[in-house]
Amino acid sequence: MNVLGYRLTLTALIGWLIILVCVGSAVLAPWIAPHDPNAPLGQRWEAPSAEHWFGLDQIGRDMFSRMLYGGRISITLAFLATCLAFAVGVVAGFAAALLGRWVDVALSRIADVILSMPILMSALIVISAVGSSAAVLILTIGLLYAVIVFRVARAVAMNIVVLEYVEAARLRGEGLFWVILREILPNALPPLAAEFGLRFSFAFLFVASLSFLGLGVQPPDADWGSMVKESALAIPAGLAAPLYPAAAIALLTIGVNMVVDWLLSLHSRPHGDNA
Amino acid sequence: MLKLLVQRLALGVATLLAVSVLIFWVTELLPGDLASNILGQSATPENIAAIRAELGLDRPAVERYTEWLGDAVQGDLGKSLANKRPVIDVIGPRLVNTLFLAIYAAVIAVPLSVLLGILAAIYRNSVFDKGVNIASLAAISMPEFFIGYFLILFMSVQLKWFPAIATIKPEQGFFQHLYVTFLPMLTLILVVIAHMMRMTRTSVLSVMSSPYVEMAVLKGIPKGRIVVHHALPNALAPIINVIAINLAYLIVGVVVVEAVFTFNGLGRLMVDAVAKRDIPVVQACGLIFAIVFIGLNLIADVLSILSNPRLRHPR
Amino acid sequence: MNQWDELQQAARSGRVSRREFMRRAAALGVATSLASGVLAKAGYAQTPVKGGTLRVGIAGGSTTDSLDITTYTDTVMINVSTSIWDGLVEVDDKNQIQPELLETLEPNADATEWVCNVRKGVTFSNGKTLDADDIVYSLNLHRGEGSKSGAAGPMKPIKDVVKMSGNQVKIVLEAPDADLPYVLSDYHVLVVPNGFTDWANPVGTGGYKLEAFEPGVRAVLSNRGGYWKEGRCNLDAVEFSVINDDAARMQALMAGEVDVSHRVVVSLIDQINAAGSYEIVQAAAGYHFNLPMLVDKAPYTNNDVRLALKYAINRQKVVELMFGKYARVGNDHPIPESDPFHNNELPQREYDPEKAAFHARKAGLGVSDVILSASDAAFNGAIDMSVLFQATAAAAGINVTVRREPGDGFWDNVWLKAPFMTSYWGGRPAATQMLATAYQSTAPWNDTHWNDAGFDKLLADAKATTDQAKRKTYIWEMQRMLHEEGGAIIPLFKDWLDVHDSKVKGHTPHGMFDLCNGRIAQKAWIEA
Repeated sequence: MNVLGYRLTLTALIGWLIILVCVGSAVLAPWIAPHDPNAPLGQRWEAPSAEHWFGLDQIGRDMFSRMLYGGRISITLAFLATCLAFAVGVVAGFAAALLGRWVDVALSRIADVILSMPILMSALIVISAVGSSAAVLILTIGLLYAVIVFRVARAVAMNIVVLEYVEAARLRGEGLFWVILREILPNALPPLAAEFGLRFSFAFLFVASLSFLGLGVQPPDADWGSMVKESALAIPAGLAAPLYPAAAIALLTIGVNMVVDWLLSLHSRPHGDNA
Repeated sequence: MLKLLVQRLALGVATLLAVSVLIFWVTELLPGDLASNILGQSATPENIAAIRAELGLDRPAVERYTEWLGDAVQGDLGKSLANKRPVIDVIGPRLVNTLFLAIYAAVIAVPLSVLLGILAAIYRNSVFDKGVNIASLAAISMPEFFIGYFLILFMSVQLKWFPAIATIKPEQGFFQHLYVTFLPMLTLILVVIAHMMRMTRTSVLSVMSSPYVEMAVLKGIPKGRIVVHHALPNALAPIINVIAINLAYLIVGVVVVEAVFTFNGLGRLMVDAVAKRDIPVVQACGLIFAIVFIGLNLIADVLSILSNPRLRHPR
Repeated sequence: MNQWDELQQAARSGRVSRREFMRRAAALGVATSLASGVLAKAGYAQTPVKGGTLRVGIAGGSTTDSLDITTYTDTVMINVSTSIWDGLVEVDDKNQIQPELLETLEPNADATEWVCNVRKGVTFSNGKTLDADDIVYSLNLHRGEGSKSGAAGPMKPIKDVVKMSGNQVKIVLEAPDADLPYVLSDYHVLVVPNGFTDWANPVGTGGYKLEAFEPGVRAVLSNRGGYWKEGRCNLDAVEFSVINDDAARMQALMAGEVDVSHRVVVSLIDQINAAGSYEIVQAAAGYHFNLPMLVDKAPYTNNDVRLALKYAINRQKVVELMFGKYARVGNDHPIPESDPFHNNELPQREYDPEKAAFHARKAGLGVSDVILSASDAAFNGAIDMSVLFQATAAAAGINVTVRREPGDGFWDNVWLKAPFMTSYWGGRPAATQMLATAYQSTAPWNDTHWNDAGFDKLLADAKATTDQAKRKTYIWEMQRMLHEEGGAIIPLFKDWLDVHDSKVKGHTPHGMFDLCNGRIAQKAWIEA
């Protein structure tokens, strides 16, 4: 199958479908959720039924409706954090690559130092210091990931900057901004798109892990990670309730990774590889 | 080459120094303080002030940083503010537990993932390759708590094969330790095998597409032989790198798995210490994590340089 | 549940005496052999057997725990400490004061001076014999300027502790308090030798000695033999394993990795019972959850706002949904039904959205006025309860914003500071003690900033008098004041829920605190 001139593999197709379903249901949650996600409707951990597809949670709320709304929160948080990471990281990375000299050295050293601490630990300390909220989660994850994006963007830009036509443009005396916009960005786009997908899937898992550790959004709202945490007591009771949101997290991440694999294969097609 | 290695080492030390400043500065920012956290609901202004004075929390930060770093270099990480035990004693058993689990997982995961990666590369595009590829993709995508709870639900709660809580007690024997930490180990290897295997496969394949390997193929040398004798040695550098990253993860990044299995490792200790504002313990944990991180990367760097002549002269 | 089931339940939770049980069982026509079998199972009147190792899976421990008795706040250290040290007096499971290292406490006529006789013939683990100096030193650990003890608040009314002779001390109070012995039963007040400071190497009169201690992980104790209390400390060894996570603690029990545990998760009780080899130990008393509002901070200065919120919580539903039969609804005052001074003539406050809406309108309550600071650090389920409250309040047109505060620093940053929050009280053995700790205008832990001269006067009078009828009038009136105007929503009293393997005996209910009021190592024994 061909889409926009690109050959679409079966896995990529499945990946896109998963993303479509997850994002679609998140966007449409207010219209398709059968119940109020925050209203207690029955007993604790009522079993799944025709009325409540995934059963009820620990205080009798409809799991299915909460999952729809939870996905909305999880996806939004991860998406915004990724956007922030790219906004900051790409600008800094391109600046380092183009300006070189001390700007590059300074930014690279700062990145080295920050990445010498495990990211999860850094995030835990920062978030428990300032208190958890959606904004804090986005800022923390976004800025920490910006450091990684910075490295990628710098490497990508480095490879392009040395190409002859870019140097030619600079010699022609074109402005820095113009060079970035017209010459570098178009060439950097494919690898950065794949990196965006990859970063999103990591951010998504990261949000889930932090929420699972109790640093998620404010109740009664819950993203998927918080839902796992909230209902974890069902496990010793032999119930699978916490596995539903956890499986949803896994599903969307798989979908994104399938698409990322496809994106990567598009522009690194070595010797006619068609894997 | 010796000069290069010394350079790398010096860079590592410099980074570590910078990280130590960062750790100290960030931990100073933690709001709330230990005095009132020690006392919990029993806190009153008078007894908080008494504890603060006793712990020396009222001295300037720069003074405490230089003192802390000086002591840390000599192996003295100070005393826990909370119970006045030497930080070494607090961290020691936790570090041993963490290393035990990390090594347990690594010993199984590293050979297995390299083997799977090579096999997938040899039989690329076969059913085996595609199956392993999909499985590893799924494993990478699953949050650790999903794998952990799934294993607990089925292998512990329902089948009762393995304990759900992985508590290592000193009086238990070695094999008992292996048994009680089986489920967290399994969770960890599912995560790291996927990463390492995929990287191995990619690295081997990228070497396979280089001209001299293609030449070997044209000469009719068997594929397996090409992979083992030609592709693998040249793909070693990226493989070593990904192994180092995953080893680092096994030591510093497993707090979620520790939480799921109530494993008394370093990650949970640090989270607890952050919660209780026991700053010396937080700082010591941070320092250990940074040393592991920087150290493993350094080792990987050095090994890469040694294993690949082309890397001996980096840009 | 039929009557026989109910009676068995009552026996298991210690609500009926042995004699009463046999009488009622006979009246129900139950065979004597069957009835005494039930009694045996409930741990009644069996002679303890010596020996064995008890493994306790326990929550409430932290890597920051210290053996210093003045720093205790939670269950792990309380239970470890009662194995090593003894207190001055002990509150028994009928809520009566029993002598411990003080044999007698005699007040003067107005209960301002108490003469206490120190028990003779008790030795510390270092061989020293207990005397009056040890008592004076131990009490002074919690007194005076700069004391960092958790008991510094309750000990404040003690003006002086005087040594009278080798085994007699006098406690002098600033104001009369007929309930002083209850104050002295505080879990921080333990007896160490005169001048003792080396907390890492504890010396005490208790039945066990410390073998291993890893804060927040475990504590191992072994019997040191020859304990002075009759029938206590029967185990060879006790091993406390700290498991703070609820799910993990219950899994450890059911996997047979521990023999005793506590803070049983209500939703898992059916499963524990179904396994057949465990017994739940249930104790109902003063342990309660509360939602304190600071009555000197807007909008809670207005009693209409307080009433609106009190009517807006559906106590019945919270209890039913979250705790089932293991909690009872509260009536916005802290005195439980089990207390002899419980005011049982106050009407029970029910969920009434119309009244709530009426009071909210009268006060002109805005949509963003009420912010509830919640954390599971207050009690497990605090966030769930807040969310339920939010839903029922919304039905009355009151918008409650739930703000989840980080568990770390909760007591530091939120308690006594946030205008409206989730909290709990462990209950106190005497009603006056509870009211003095949390509602007296001068109390450091007054978490509603309740400040009422009339209330303080009633409390002082209640403490001073030994006339039970007068006391009742005073204490009832204080409960009425809190019910009608107080700053705390007290939605429910929660049962302590412990559990043990059937082979464990002597682990009986105690209303004060779980795990036999923190004396599990002293009381429990293992059936041979």
